[in-house]
Amino acid sequence: MKERRRPANSRRRFLLAAGGVAAVLAFEPADATVAEMSDAMRKVVGGAPVAKGRVTLELPPLVDNGNTVALTVRVDSPMTARDHVKTIHVFTEKNPQPNVATFRLGPRAGRASVATRIRLADTQTVVALCEMSDGTFCSGSADVVVTLAACLEEL
Amino acid sequence: MARALITVPASARHGEIIEIKAIVGHPMEPGFRRTQLGTLIPRDIVTQFACTYNGVEVFSADLYPAISANPYLAFFTVATESGTLVFNWIGDNGFSVTESAAIAVT
Amino acid sequence: MSASGDRRAAVLALFLAAMLSAIPISAGEIPLALRRSGYDFMSRETRAMQDDDSVNPAMLWVKDGEALWNARAGSADRACSDCHGDARQSMKGVAARYPAYDPAKRRPVNLAQRINICRSERQHAPALAYESANLLALAAYLGLQSRGLPIAVAIDERTRPFLEAGREIFNRRQGQLNLSCAQCHDEHWDKKLAGNPITQADPGGYPLYRLEWQGLGSLERRLRNCLSGTRTQAYAYGSPEFVDLELFLMWRWRGMKVETPAVRP
Ligand code: HEC
Ligand code: HEC
Repeated sequence: MKERRRPANSRRRFLLAAGGVAAVLAFEPADATVAEMSDAMRKVVGGAPVAKGRVTLELPPLVDNGNTVALTVRVDSPMTARDHVKTIHVFTEKNPQPNVATFRLGPRAGRASVATRIRLADTQTVVALCEMSDGTFCSGSADVVVTLAACLEEL
Repeated sequence: MARALITVPASARHGEIIEIKAIVGHPMEPGFRRTQLGTLIPRDIVTQFACTYNGVEVFSADLYPAISANPYLAFFTVATESGTLVFNWIGDNGFSVTESAAIAVT
Repeated sequence: MSASGDRRAAVLALFLAAMLSAIPISAGEIPLALRRSGYDFMSRETRAMQDDDSVNPAMLWVKDGEALWNARAGSADRACSDCHGDARQSMKGVAARYPAYDPAKRRPVNLAQRINICRSERQHAPALAYESANLLALAAYLGLQSRGLPIAVAIDERTRPFLEAGREIFNRRQGQLNLSCAQCHDEHWDKKLAGNPITQADPGGYPLYRLEWQGLGSLERRLRNCLSGTRTQAYAYGSPEFVDLELFLMWRWRGMKVETPAVRP
């Protein structure tokens, strides 16, 4: 390919254009929501301790497109009337808002496993916080790498 | 666009744990996006989902803007008796969709 | 500029610098043995969405398409099914050979245009707008009837000039970046652009659900994205340039399987 046949500033224009389009992405990474995520989690648990473990987040390590990321949350629980998962809250640290979803289940679920698809604005940690039938809490987390789409739509 | 796609096994054994999948057609406009002219596109999302089994709620969810467009949910329930599963989505601007599926339990 | 914009710009700069200085590995068509569907470049999770109709959001449109197929419309008050019967039989393999020559128009038409010919001439109903939910729904429903079948557009003396026009567009350097489709999709298909595989310009899964769009879209919409990505003025929907390019892409993809309704990043 002959470099000199390109107009001198064409590459720059492409890059500027690409940046401009980025402004209309579904989700822009926001700063400092790590603190907001802790606040949102504190609202759920109050002062109660949160044990690490029992909760598994299944997320692809590398994401094709942050608009649609497959997420499965599993909790290690017998799901009986006496011992089951009541609620699962999902949070992210770098989306514009920390809350992703709250799932309510109970012994009739038979299995504590929920799948959905979520939006991730950036490479970040996703946390699931789970409330058990005895009122205790546990949590799990997963890290996801999000790359940005190449050929973007012009709105 | 079709309102929803539901996947429920047509039949199951008593006590069997079955998987239920539900997709509802909705853009999930998060409310943070701006047009290139800078105007904010107002939030328009599905906020709640519930599934009842012969009238008793077996699963429900609160959804936020971070849920992808055309929200997908998959969860489990124990096949207890023959009957109907009813699925209901509620959202901004009066959005409401109800679908149902029959199940035969042997 | 936002943080993500900066990052994207940096990655694109690196890629373009590398690409523009690279010697083309091959010129011309990708050999049959090396042809790979866009599906093969996707993550396991995105492939799973295409593999299972019960989790593929494109099926929302397909379901609508089936309803439209059976709904009476226009002043003729007839449904597609009134004339064509069960689409599973009558439309099997049809999408795999579009764009196809239309004697009245004396040029190839794509499937969306063929649907609209029946809308206006047989149903006496207004044409459906390009990229409208209903046109995409019908095209996806018809496309599904060819899923798994090999692509086989008919090239003869009537269609050859349009095929050559499409080939010329594919190989033409254009836009502010002076890039051709072939430079990316024939010569650098195995590379990445800003972290995304470039792939081989697979036209066989459309209309498809694109995660970037968060919805269903046509091949022409996808081509418009690639054109704007290289700062090239896009053609109008349904324009001869687009249909010629589509004909070339489908001919180039001959023997590969229809995947409609596919899922892509
Ligand atoms: C009044 C009858 C009638 C109705 C209604 C009708 N069609 Fe057709 N259609 C035809 C006939 C006849 C042909 C083939 C002759 C021709 O080329 O015009 C055809 C051809 C087609 C073809 C091309 C098939 C091929 O093998 O290349 C497609 C696709 C098609 N119709 C789709 C539709 C759709 C979708 C609808 C409803 C929106 C529809 N048609 C409604 C009569 C009808
Ligand atoms: C700068 C490199 C570049 C150029 C030039 C380019 N494309 Fe693309 N094209 C891409 C990339 C990268 C993707 C995949 C992007 C993604 O999935 O995010 C793509 C995707 C596609 C797809 C979708 C394939 C699928 O599996 O659905 C088609 C079709 C396509 N391009 C056709 C074209 C045509 C035709 C042209 C010329 C008009 C063109 N491209 C020019 C980089 C390019």
